Amino acid sequence: MRANRKRRLVIVLALVALVAVAAGLTLYALRANINLFFTPSQVAAGEAPLGRTLRLGGVVKKDSVERHQDTLHVSFQVTDFASDVEVSFDDILPDLFREGQGVVVVGQLDADGEFIAQQVLAKHDENYMPPEAAEALKAAGNLPDGSVPSS
Amino acid sequence: MWTFVHKLGSPKWCHALCARLQPGFWIAAGLLLAVGAVWSLAFSPPDYQMGDSYRIIYVHVPAAILAQSVFVGMALASAVFLIWKIKVADMAATVMAPFGAAMTFLGLFTGSLWGVPTWGTWWTWDARLTAMLIQLFLYIGVIALRGAYGRDDQGAKAVAVLTLVGVVNIPIIKYSVVWWNTLHQPATFTLTERPAMPASMWVPLLIMVLGFYSFFIALTLYRLRNEIMRRESRTRWVQALAD
Repeated sequence: MRANRKRRLVIVLALVALVAVAAGLTLYALRANINLFFTPSQVAAGEAPLGRTLRLGGVVKKDSVERHQDTLHVSFQVTDFASDVEVSFDDILPDLFREGQGVVVVGQLDADGEFIAQQVLAKHDENYMPPEAAEALKAAGNLPDGSVPSS
Repeated sequence: MWTFVHKLGSPKWCHALCARLQPGFWIAAGLLLAVGAVWSLAFSPPDYQMGDSYRIIYVHVPAAILAQSVFVGMALASAVFLIWKIKVADMAATVMAPFGAAMTFLGLFTGSLWGVPTWGTWWTWDARLTAMLIQLFLYIGVIALRGAYGRDDQGAKAVAVLTLVGVVNIPIIKYSVVWWNTLHQPATFTLTERPAMPASMWVPLLIMVLGFYSFFIALTLYRLRNEIMRRESRTRWVQALAD
């Protein structure tokens, strides 16, 4: 390789390395803001701000969903299998919402530690399955819908 | 081996090679896309939770994979151009950009169509989605920067540098679902583990991905020939071809 080509190769590699380091440091500095949601454990540890709009992510706890008879009001607990957060919501839930399903809830945390949701988003995991396979898993006592933590 | 690589740098030889390779890739693309589309839409089973709406992945996943592969291809071509001053590499980077931008847009668009029934929203500022949007802007920036310099290849160096800077975004897209909490799910396919879906679902998806790749290669060869002809239009061999 001729000398000037080698020099250009070094310049190109240095450029990419430099930009990668710059991007890496920026993202590292912003890491708290890039996370889409707080986990229930972070809420329990007091890391989530009160009275500000934030997102809470986790799994809808088994047997925690209570629907109001006459209104859309629904309350449920979001868990990460370490801590739980009580959530109340007054609007239409997405189709994928069910117990054991991963969700991201947008709303505010009030002083009692209850989460007042404005929007509920269902999170789909990386598993896809035909209905028959899901039935077979269910028959074997191994529910596919998140009764075991998926990650 | 090295003589072959060196020959690739010759516009005339590259032009001829593209012509020879093209038909094979067009046929492969046509067959794979036809088989993949029919299989994935009509024969693969529905998902147990999402029903038929999950079928968007048969377009969404290949488009997203291509959006990233094309940019890596452009970055490699740009590096070759900057280091060895091979003009054909710059021409290849030029013709790849619009296809990559189209695939990025398709990935974002199909993703948001799928997001409405599944997540309950068109868009959320999650790390994966935002990084992909930045990728679209990078593509548009690369195309615009080249356009700003007009028809000559004066802007080639600036475009190559921008492409190399932009390639840093690719690992960020890839690992965004691992590094941060996102609404977007992690990858279903990894090189190290079994896919998180049965063969009746992933085989047609693999066929679609290969079909998209074949289509991309065929289109790039076709457009590269045109680009070579356009930029080398003053040379004797192109004029001889035109006569």
